[in-house]
Amino acid sequence: MSRFRIIAVLPLLALLGGCNFVVLAPAGDVAAQQRDLVVISTILMLLIIIPVMALTVFFAWRYRHSNKEARYEPDWDHSTGLELVIWSAPLLIIICLGALTWMGTHLLDPYRQLGRIAAGRPVPQTAKPLEVNVVALDWKWLFIYPEYGVATVNELAAPVDRPISFRITSSSVMNSFYVPALAGQIYAMAGMQTRLHGVINRPGRYQGFSANYSGAGFSGMRFAFHGLTDADFDGWIAQAKAADGALDRATYLQLERPSENDPVRRYANVDPKLFNAILNMCVEPGKMCMNEMAAVDAKGGLGLAGIANTLPLSYEKYARRGAVFGAEPSYVLSVCTIEEAAAMQARAPAPMTPVPPKGTSTSTSTAIRGAGLPLPDLSLRRLDSLLLSGPGRPSNS
Amino acid sequence: MIFGRLTLESFPLHEPILLVTFAAVVLGGIGVVGALTYFRLWGYLWREWFTSVDHKKIGIMYMVLGLVMLLRGFADAIMMRLQQAMAFNGSEGYLTAHHYDQVFTAHGVIMIFFVAMPMVTGLMNFVVPLQIGARDVSFPFLNNFSFWMTTAGAVLVMMSLFVGEFARTGWLAYPPLSGIGYSPDVGVDYYIWALQVAGIGTLLSGINLVCTIVKMRAPGMTMMKMPVFTWTSLCTNVLIVAAFPVLTAVLALLSLDRYVGTNFFTNDFGGSPMMYVNLIWIWGHPEVYILILPAFGIFSEVTSTFSGKRLFGYTSMVYATVVITILSYLVWLHHFFTMGSGASVNSFFGITTMIISIPTGAKIFNWLFTMYRGRIRFELPMMWTLAFMLTFTVGGMTGVLLAVPPADFVLHNSLFLVAHFHNVIIGGVLFGLFAGIVYWWPKAFGFKLDPFWGKLSFWFWVVGFWFAFMPLYILGLMGVTRRMRVFDDPSLQIWFVIAGFGAVLILLGIVSFLVQIGVSILRRDKLRETTGDPWDGRTLEWATASPPPVYNFAFTPVIHDNDAWADMKRRGYQRPLDGYRPIHMPSNTPTGIILAGLSMAVAFGLIWYMWWLAALGFVALLVVTIAHTFNYHRDFHIPVEEVVRTEAERTRLLAGAGA
Repeated sequence: MSRFRIIAVLPLLALLGGCNFVVLAPAGDVAAQQRDLVVISTILMLLIIIPVMALTVFFAWRYRHSNKEARYEPDWDHSTGLELVIWSAPLLIIICLGALTWMGTHLLDPYRQLGRIAAGRPVPQTAKPLEVNVVALDWKWLFIYPEYGVATVNELAAPVDRPISFRITSSSVMNSFYVPALAGQIYAMAGMQTRLHGVINRPGRYQGFSANYSGAGFSGMRFAFHGLTDADFDGWIAQAKAADGALDRATYLQLERPSENDPVRRYANVDPKLFNAILNMCVEPGKMCMNEMAAVDAKGGLGLAGIANTLPLSYEKYARRGAVFGAEPSYVLSVCTIEEAAAMQARAPAPMTPVPPKGTSTSTSTAIRGAGLPLPDLSLRRLDSLLLSGPGRPSNS
Repeated sequence: MIFGRLTLESFPLHEPILLVTFAAVVLGGIGVVGALTYFRLWGYLWREWFTSVDHKKIGIMYMVLGLVMLLRGFADAIMMRLQQAMAFNGSEGYLTAHHYDQVFTAHGVIMIFFVAMPMVTGLMNFVVPLQIGARDVSFPFLNNFSFWMTTAGAVLVMMSLFVGEFARTGWLAYPPLSGIGYSPDVGVDYYIWALQVAGIGTLLSGINLVCTIVKMRAPGMTMMKMPVFTWTSLCTNVLIVAAFPVLTAVLALLSLDRYVGTNFFTNDFGGSPMMYVNLIWIWGHPEVYILILPAFGIFSEVTSTFSGKRLFGYTSMVYATVVITILSYLVWLHHFFTMGSGASVNSFFGITTMIISIPTGAKIFNWLFTMYRGRIRFELPMMWTLAFMLTFTVGGMTGVLLAVPPADFVLHNSLFLVAHFHNVIIGGVLFGLFAGIVYWWPKAFGFKLDPFWGKLSFWFWVVGFWFAFMPLYILGLMGVTRRMRVFDDPSLQIWFVIAGFGAVLILLGIVSFLVQIGVSILRRDKLRETTGDPWDGRTLEWATASPPPVYNFAFTPVIHDNDAWADMKRRGYQRPLDGYRPIHMPSNTPTGIILAGLSMAVAFGLIWYMWWLAALGFVALLVVTIAHTFNYHRDFHIPVEEVVRTEAERTRLLAGAGA
């Protein structure tokens, strides 16, 4: 019987041998350390799991009803010694595992700069990490290389053995940035920045993808991650430099629109402020950035107007609309200083000039209620209706 | 205006799969309705079941609901397995993203809220009052109302199949994806209102059972003499009472975002989707313990009964349960280590999660040493228990592994994770429910379940489970993530095919289970059980007849030991044969089903923006509720003659069994 069983298992083993267990055999040092933790924890737990499973089978067999030779003690229900073992054996294992967890979690904190590029190879003093800014879009990945001024869509590359420092955000919904061969995943969230550090130790082509469901095009959110030698990486950058397009705000707003299974794209030039604008959700010209708003709020805020001063996303995803009982979307085009407001108060009787065409920004002279400021002549509602021509928000296309 | 945003377009007439399903459901529905009418069963069902406040009947109705929804949830599962097994080498499979994304969302929602929850609640409802020697729960009408609210939630989910669509967000509907900007359709609204309506039912039933266990135990049954299943039920219901309001609140905030344009969970205007994720898991993690604790209780009863032995380490079992109850509130963040919390926060939640495995491990050892020096009868409930012990330990191990944050970074959201929670929910909760169903079936109906088809179902389920989920563990280690609709690496396909084969085995397991019930009903005279105590039970529910009379116990028993019935049997308990008195019982009422129907109308109105319907329904809810407070026919006395008659019948049966 057992011989047959082994034969039956053989094809399964062959199947396993042919698989690419990237999580168990990664090519990057961070992922490798994470793998080590997986393996060590499993072994630690097997110390108790295997005896338990073996005892279960053994007791079930030994004390079966038909076995009249086994002792039967229907009232035996307590043993202080056994209870101590029952509670302390798992406790000991959890103490070991807990210590391991504490150290591992701190050492492998994705926000922490790398201390080594591989076991026994500390990061050289002179090494500067490769900065990559990652944006999860619907449904593709944008990678910006600020050091080189280039950007790619759905393709990522890094030189072997050079630490990589990712800054990750999203344009709309939540995704998870994950290259199993390189390092563990981290969420990409709009208006927020997460960090990830990693290093790739072997050249090769690896898979990256979103590990958090994000809507219809989720399955196609994959990209290739190339681990390249220094020379190849320079060649790869040069290839991007040779591409036509430039990634400025307008191009980005086009790119941001939902699309599925996108091909690789390269941009030779990138607006250096673009990533910051994406992160603060103010790529549309004239829209107040979240960090600016936070700074204003920290100084006392804008009063009622402050609740209406950023735009939601600029594109129409599905038939995008607001909440059914919600207010019409509105926003404040610009904010002025106390001096400007005072000057405006002085010329208050003069009627407001019509708002310049949408999209042009900064110096329209509309006063806004702020902390400690007197009310301008125009009520907030009328101000909004003046600022917005038509029912919607200004479009940038 | 009248139909809100419901138009002809809302009916999925262009989806052939849904049309065929709809046709089948309509034909089946006509068949059932026709049969009920033909056999004139409507009045019987209405009087004896729908309006019943008897905890036993409500418990059974919960089980029926869970079973029906299991078929729906499993249909979703097998559709997913088929899609994932097909979608290779350029094939898109047979489901569009629009359909597939609804399927996996519905699968999760249905399996947790409308299969596992009703079944767990049903067993607690049926068993707990019997185990503590009570005649009903504390609030019998509330119990009926709770059941119908849960059912109303289930009906809403089913309705979304044919009227509109269900959410395409994953079973926890994380914003911003579930916000109005990215999910403008009715799917998320169906999700919200189905869970809100069902959530009220769950919360009220939780309150009810906590009161019942605290206040209605038979004299002499101190807390530390309660059966373990009652203990785990108490802890579960405490968890329900503490956790479900969080779910209600977080869904209410999400609906405010969707309906009135607040910004609790939006990307901008200071909203924080992360807050939603935290809140939903503050409910969500206790929820998994809400499901597993009663299962632990079932295994305790079964192991002790079929080993013919007192439970080993009763006290430590109770404390382990209580510790798990408390700790389950301190671990929620482990569901999103990858959100970027600091290392100290992640380690804290990782380590608290591991600590939960200590009392859980202690429980496993307690069952182990209950078997030790026992006389184990391998009847079906015990087989399920052994399968649980061997399966659940593996799931527990992978769970602790996922609690190590750096390990979670590489395994989170992967199929490894999917395999892990199916391993604990199928291997723990579902195996427990099956053990419980087979164990208590004779108590509920007076005959045992057919063992042949039960064993067939057992083996199909156990083997099917391993075939379906081991490939997912392996795929997770290959870095394959969950909720994918299409794959590009052809070498993965074989694993999905194996997993699909496992799902087919599980299908056979479900079919065998249904056949088992059918065959047992047909052969009920052969399987008849007249003693009320078919398994040589140890707790109080086995002291009364099977099925128990409406009033459960003619005389309230007095408890001296924690295995009350085993203790009574040992001390030569004689059933009293006279001295009966009239028994005070609650009356049936249709208010529960009416309120639930109105709640469903309100929810439907809100989902489709039919404001008149929502408003009308809400006013009607208030009116019916207030009118119900004027109902003074809430109780009655069972006349002593009827008690005498019932007990005499039992005496006759017992004599027959003895002869």
